[in-house]
Amino acid sequence: MISFSAVSKRYPGGQEALAGISFSLAAGELAFVTGHSGAGKSTLLKLIAAIERPTAGSVVVNGQNVGALKRGAVPYLRRNLGLVFQDHKLLYDRSVFDNVMLPLSFGTLAPRDAARRVRAALDKVGLLARERANPIQLSGGEQQRLAIARAVVNRPAVLVADEPTANLDAESAARIVDILLSFNQVGVTLVLATHDEALVARHGRRVLQLAAGRLARA
Amino acid sequence: MRTWLRQHRGAFTRAVHKLLAQRAATLLNALVIGVALSLPAGGYALLANLQGVAQRFTFEPQVSVFLKPEAKRAELEARLRADRRVAALRFVSRDEALAELRVAEGLADVVAALERNPLPDAFVVRAADGGAAALEGLAGTLRALPGVANVQVDSAWAERLAALARIGRLALAALAVLLATGLVAVTFNTIRLQILTQREEIEVSQLLGATDAFVRRPFFYLGLLQGLAGGVLALAILWAGLAVLNAGVRDLAQAYGSSFQLVFLPGRDALAVVAFAALLGWLGALLSVSKYLR
Repeated sequence: MISFSAVSKRYPGGQEALAGISFSLAAGELAFVTGHSGAGKSTLLKLIAAIERPTAGSVVVNGQNVGALKRGAVPYLRRNLGLVFQDHKLLYDRSVFDNVMLPLSFGTLAPRDAARRVRAALDKVGLLARERANPIQLSGGEQQRLAIARAVVNRPAVLVADEPTANLDAESAARIVDILLSFNQVGVTLVLATHDEALVARHGRRVLQLAAGRLARA
Repeated sequence: MRTWLRQHRGAFTRAVHKLLAQRAATLLNALVIGVALSLPAGGYALLANLQGVAQRFTFEPQVSVFLKPEAKRAELEARLRADRRVAALRFVSRDEALAELRVAEGLADVVAALERNPLPDAFVVRAADGGAAALEGLAGTLRALPGVANVQVDSAWAERLAALARIGRLALAALAVLLATGLVAVTFNTIRLQILTQREEIEVSQLLGATDAFVRRPFFYLGLLQGLAGGVLALAILWAGLAVLNAGVRDLAQAYGSSFQLVFLPGRDALAVVAFAALLGWLGALLSVSKYLR
């Protein structure tokens, strides 16, 4: 499902974020990406979503070599990925419902089916009753749940979450993790970056530990 | 196909909402485009009116040969027909000339006031060669013929008018190109500002799988609609301008016994102005999107 082979990433200016990273994740697998700030966790996730391209090596996601993808093919790769960001990346000029509808508006789903899909996703994260609210009216935990609903509305095979519990209280963080794990339990491959050691210890199966851009543990 | 149409409809709707949400800015931009476009469109309308007037008169290379009262018509006609530079010949008697003058616009009263017919008999000669030098050469020969009182090269003024109209059209074309560039720049900047204000939405959409076409489409519609609104405003300005001018033109024309009025652009030309404005808006959007949405 996801395969990194001798992957390096050097940003313009010479900073090497990742060096010689190799690992594979099977379909339906759960992996925590851990490490201190600056270890390369976010870069690794960005490579999966083709937000960044590797400087060396190959990244294969869903059978596609991400590094060799043409610009026009990247959106179609991303539609098969669910992305959850630490800062939510919600749009505050539209409702909760419209935020989740956004990824479906690019696709081929008929509006009525899309609306049904949006409500199902909101229901799954416990926000169906807030569909008309503006995201600004939601708490931090609710906003992150909204971001998860938006990430899963396309029913992706892979879910990638970058520090989804950062800045959340323990209760909200636990709920977020439970929701993410519930998708993994139904076969979605889940890659979750976190620096929360307790979280990894509690749920950790596969751990990809990064240290200064290198894989310390896989 | 249905999806493609739905996405276009969505992009169009978003663009309309965006324009309506910023009514004042939209109106100002459309006004800038409208005023700028109304200048060449107005010039074009005036030229078209001028050409309409000019076309009432002949543009053929004609020479009028006015005869002395004692001229021998048959002999003169034979000599004219023998000249190879003469393509066609028509005799206009003084009575016919007066009759023509009587029906000419604004001259009926003048003719009625005449005690006797002051006009001479004349031949209207159509020259085989319409060049200025050839016409002057022919006129010189005709002047030397016995019984000829005067020779007038009729097409000279019309040619001058046509030349002036050509210069006018060229000047208008240059003005249109200049202003079109300005309009593209206005749309370019408007779309640039829109892109900047929607930067976050664009970024999020791209992260979630929006194609470049999906992201760019609303901006194209925005430019197109802005140009369209500008084009419609240009026509409105032109219509109002002609209405104001016509009040003065009417008085002037009446003084000459004419009912001449400036007319608005024909439907096809008016549509072309609106389509051209829309195209310029689209072009401005294309340039802006190509630069700021890479």
